[in-house]
Amino acid sequence: MLQFKQTKENDILILEIIGEIDASSSIELDLTIAKIVDLGATKILIDCSSLEYISSAGLGVFMSYIEEFKEKKLIMILFGMKKKVFHTFEILGLSKILNICETNEEAKKTLNELSI
Amino acid sequence: MKRQKKHSMNFQYKIGCRLENLKGMRDFIQASLKDFVVSEVELSEIILAIDEMCCNRIIYEHKCDENHSLELHIIVPNPKKIIFELQDKAGVFDINKYHDIDIKNLIFEKRKGGLGVKLVKSIMDKIEYISRDGQSVCRMTRRIN
Repeated sequence: MLQFKQTKENDILILEIIGEIDASSSIELDLTIAKIVDLGATKILIDCSSLEYISSAGLGVFMSYIEEFKEKKLIMILFGMKKKVFHTFEILGLSKILNICETNEEAKKTLNELSI
Repeated sequence: MKRQKKHSMNFQYKIGCRLENLKGMRDFIQASLKDFVVSEVELSEIILAIDEMCCNRIIYEHKCDENHSLELHIIVPNPKKIIFELQDKAGVFDINKYHDIDIKNLIFEKRKGGLGVKLVKSIMDKIEYISRDGQSVCRMTRRIN
């Protein structure tokens, strides 16, 4: 089962992903990110500390937003991944294309740097 | 507590062809192999590869028809090698013939799909297709560290 929790800290939207993202649930991630963008968020942190699994369907969702975010000048940073989850991003080289940080603090610092 | 490797064993699991059954397949692989694959990251990538292959079969060969079935056999002949056989009554899509995609193109085209085959090919050491009892079998071999 996949769950999302959203919190806001000033102008930063933090989306926590809880559970597993596979081909049957990736649509929920897609719809959630699309909604966040529609609501006008420009600084998005994705908390992956409770993400237990991600398949190519989930990777594909994040990948599909890279260009759109670049065009709209939105910043998305993922953080807190378990080693096994990070490895899935690593296999395809997506860990070097997406913004991925180890901790919440590091993600916020990177967000500040990228916002300048 | 450090887990110790077991030596040889066979396992099998059958699901109806719907995507919601992938979770059960992943849990089955996890439970079956936890004593053979000590590294959590290595076990996780093996589960990922089988999940991707099952997903492809369910979507493209079975059109998510739950009346169709897909069977996984896991054979552990020795502690250094695991063989996975996915068996079903459907056509063969040989991923060895599928050219590697360029991720930069997928990003540019804002595409969500196209990553699964590349993942499987990166994770498995050998992928072959055979026919058995009128069914097609995709056999994947993975060496264990």
